[in-house]
Parts: sequence; C-alpha cells; structure tokens
Amino acid sequence: MNITTITSKKSFWGGLLFIILILMVTLPLYVPPYFVILLTNIFMYVTLTVSWTIFSGPTRYISLASAAFFGVGIYTSALLGKALPLPIIIVMGGMFSFVLALCIGLLTLRLRGMYFIIFTFSISELIRNFLLWWETNMTGTVGRWVIMVDHIVVYYVILLILFLALLTAFFIRRSRFGLALKSIGEEEEAAIHIGINATLVKTITFAISALFMGAAGAIMATKWKYIDPRIAFSPLLSFLPVLMAIFGGTGQLYGPVFGAAIFAYLEEILTTKFPYYYMLLFGSILIVVILFLPHGMVGLIQKWLKGGLKRQNADP
Amino acid sequence: MQILEGEKVTKHFGGLAAVNRVDFDIHQGEVVGLIGPNGAGKTTLFNLISGLLPTTAGEIRYKGKKITGLKPHQICRKGVARTFQSSKLFAGMSVFENVFAASLFGMKRTISIPDAETEAMELLEFVELSTLRGMLAKDLPIGSRKRLEVARALATKPDLLMFDEVMAGLNPAEVTQAMELIKKIRNKGITIFMIEHVMKAIMGVCDRIIVLNHGSKIAEGTPEAITTSPTVVEVYLGE
Repeated sequence: MNITTITSKKSFWGGLLFIILILMVTLPLYVPPYFVILLTNIFMYVTLTVSWTIFSGPTRYISLASAAFFGVGIYTSALLGKALPLPIIIVMGGMFSFVLALCIGLLTLRLRGMYFIIFTFSISELIRNFLLWWETNMTGTVGRWVIMVDHIVVYYVILLILFLALLTAFFIRRSRFGLALKSIGEEEEAAIHIGINATLVKTITFAISALFMGAAGAIMATKWKYIDPRIAFSPLLSFLPVLMAIFGGTGQLYGPVFGAAIFAYLEEILTTKFPYYYMLLFGSILIVVILFLPHGMVGLIQKWLKGGLKRQNADP
Repeated sequence: MQILEGEKVTKHFGGLAAVNRVDFDIHQGEVVGLIGPNGAGKTTLFNLISGLLPTTAGEIRYKGKKITGLKPHQICRKGVARTFQSSKLFAGMSVFENVFAASLFGMKRTISIPDAETEAMELLEFVELSTLRGMLAKDLPIGSRKRLEVARALATKPDLLMFDEVMAGLNPAEVTQAMELIKKIRNKGITIFMIEHVMKAIMGVCDRIIVLNHGSKIAEGTPEAITTSPTVVEVYLGE
C-alpha cells in the first residue's frame, strides 16, 4: 500500500463521518418524532457504552458502576431542574459524576479483577438503596418529577454529548495517555515499572468516562418526566454497557458504537414486535454472539475485511 | 561511589521473614550477582528495591537518597529499572510498542513522541530485535522475549538495572549471547544487579556476588571467594 491510498482512505472515512454527522444534525427536520425519540434512546446507549469503553476497554477493568454515574446525572436534573438552566444542569450532572468517580477511583483502583467488579457494582447498589431509604424515611415521598424538555432539544443534547464522548475516546486512544492505559491493561506490574503512574492514569480516565455518563443522565431524565431511585440507578444500566461493548467488540472505537446501536435497536424492535418473548430472544442472540464471535461484531468485520484484502492480493 | 545501599532491609510476610535485616551496597559501574536457593528471598529483595512491595523495616538509598516508601513509577523515573522472573511483557502489544512505551514514560522529563520512537528503534537494534518490531510480544520465542524485557528496561534510561533471572530457560548458545549483552550494557556505564541461577553466567560477568539464604545474607565476595566458601557450598550442596 502506498501513501496516496492511505491518505485517500483517510479522507474517505473523514468524509463519510462528516456526512453521517450532517445527516444526524438535520435528521429531526424530515423524520417523524417517533424516529427522533428512538434515535435519542439509541444515542443514550451508545454514549454509555462508548464512555464505558474509554476506561474499561484498554484497562480491562470491568466497571459495573455505570448506573451510579448515570443516576447521579439523573438526580442532578431532578433536584436542580427547576432552579437552573438546562446547559448548567447537564454540565453539573457530568461534574458530580466526575467527582464521584474520582472518589471511587481512589478507593478502589488498587483492587483488581473480580474485587473491582464487585466493588463498583456495590457502589451503585449502595447509592440506590441509600436514596430509597432517605426518600422513604426523611422526605416521605419516593420519586420526583423532572422538568420537561422538548424531545428535539433532548435529541440534540444527547447527540452533542455522544459526539464529545466519541471525540474524547478517539483522542485518548491515539495519545500517550492511551498507550499508558493499554500498558496497564496488558500488564499492570510492568507498566508501573516503566514509569507509568497507574493510579493517576486510571483514576482520571475513570472520571472522564463518568463525566459523559452523568451528562447523559442529566439530559435523559428530562425525557422520562418521573424518576425514582429504582429507575435512576437501575442495575440494568450497569450491565447493558458491558454487554453492548462485548457485543460490538472493544478492539476498535467503532465496535462499541455499532454494538450499542444494534443492541438498542434490537431491543426496541423486539419489545414492540414480541413483547412477551423479547428477553428470551435477546438472550439467545447474545449467547450466539458471545459463543461464536469472541471479538464481537468488530472481529467479524475485520475478518471479512482481511478476507477481502487477501482476495485482492491474490489477484494483482 | 555507592549507587544503591540497603540498611537492615526487612520484609515479613505474616510470621515469615522473607528478607531479614539484609545490608548491601552496590557501587557505580559494578555487576553484582544475587544468588541463593529457591525461597531465599532474592525476588522479594528486588521487589522491595523497585517499590513493588513496602518494606517492613530498614532503609534503601539510591544515590544517597532514601527510596523506601516511593512508588515503583517514581523509583523507575529516578533511574532504577528491572526485568521480571516470569515474563511480564505487554503481550498484546507489538515488540516496538513495548519499548516505545518505556521510552515515553520512563523518565522524569517529558520526551517528544518522535524522540521516543528513535530511542525505541535504537534499543531494538541494540538487542537485535529490530527485524521483529512489528510482531506481537506474545508471539516471540523465549530468547527474544527475554531480550525484549531487557530493551524495555533499558528504554527507561536507568543508571541501575536489575535482572531477575534473565537467562532462565535459555539454551547454552543464548546464554553466551545474553552474557555478551550484559557486558555491552555494562560498557554503557549502567550498574547491574542480577539474580541468576546459571552459574556459568554469574561467574562470567559478576564482579561481586551476594548470597542469600532463608532471607539473610550469608556471604558476599568475588566469584572465586564465593565458590570456595564453605558456608555457600553447604547451603547449595548440603553437608
């Protein structure tokens, strides 16, 4: 391959992404509201999955705290929604999650493997149960109303958050920071012995990934009108990003994007078409993917691309 | 001049004294061997020096400054590098990336990416791995893997390099090659502290040898003095 084909390939992908971006931005102008709402949901899952992958992809620390960060965003929106303008609430939702993640990070990132998974899961469960207890015993009412925002606004905000998350993920992957994360994931003991401050790198990345989850929670809350701790901190939201990322494959940045998008769309289709069997169908599809596609959809795509290249090489 | 000194360095695991009040000093430019039977505490002593484990008592000084209590990445950036007994390469990364990462993060000052790349390439050249730079580390045969560990440690620009059984699993030809490599590293002015079981290598390259047994230092001296020392012979061969 020579330089011209590489640059033309690069500009091809750049152009394609630009077209997709324009399409996404102008979409609400010519599609029905249902479709916009569906896409909003899909973008939410993609944002959560991409944010999750920023930290857990390279380091291989499986975090089950997504629900905690997302929920903090939701509660920020519910508590401050009437008092402050929307952009500030979204930024604050992100910042609160960021700070929470810094605290969790400093506490837990010396834990590895199973212990880290269990601890992060416990954190989100702890927050959920504490809030339930607090609302039951202290405020007397469980759940609260969230101020409504037009669905088009929600769409644009989540699109923006997703765009920023993707941009961040892209630049982290390519930076020296990304190399440090990868080294930690490969062999942490060696990484600290070549001068990488693993605790710092892990904590900051964990917090960055939480930032986007919190911001996403803050905007999505306005779509649901009513929230309570069970909705805001649903454990499902800790597991789904993991499953979606595995489904897509974490080897490439587009893996979690595809994984989450297909997964979320499947969920929507299956719930409307087969409301009684959808979990069963969903589970079966997931098992097939995990059994036969160890590197997720990305693995499949890459295999196919490699096959294509080989054929080209064989035919000069 | 002393580059590394240990004073009554002690490490307890529960009730067991893995390293027990060990005094040692290593001079600038020396090659010092650390030997002893299995379980003598050699790797534990290395882990204490590199900061992987906290000491129970005692003090370790590097270039006259206390390093006990510092984190491994801090000690690395001061100029102490090491290899590991069991391979701890970044298995899923390329040979080049393994060394490149160490060039990038191993020093106190920030290094530019092109500079780190040049350095990594030079080091791969130095350990004769430059032709394999695109391969994944996990696909390397054992001899090359050991050399890659050495290159990665060298990439952090150490003044003191610690080898933990860098010759284990090598065939005789590779051992000779490794000895040559150690001499080359020494000629760069880097001080070497090495754990080794391959006696031929220890005798061939070390200026001085420290012997540990059950966590305590039982002997210290030139290779000739060590091989003829009755205590050492007793520890290795029994009575």
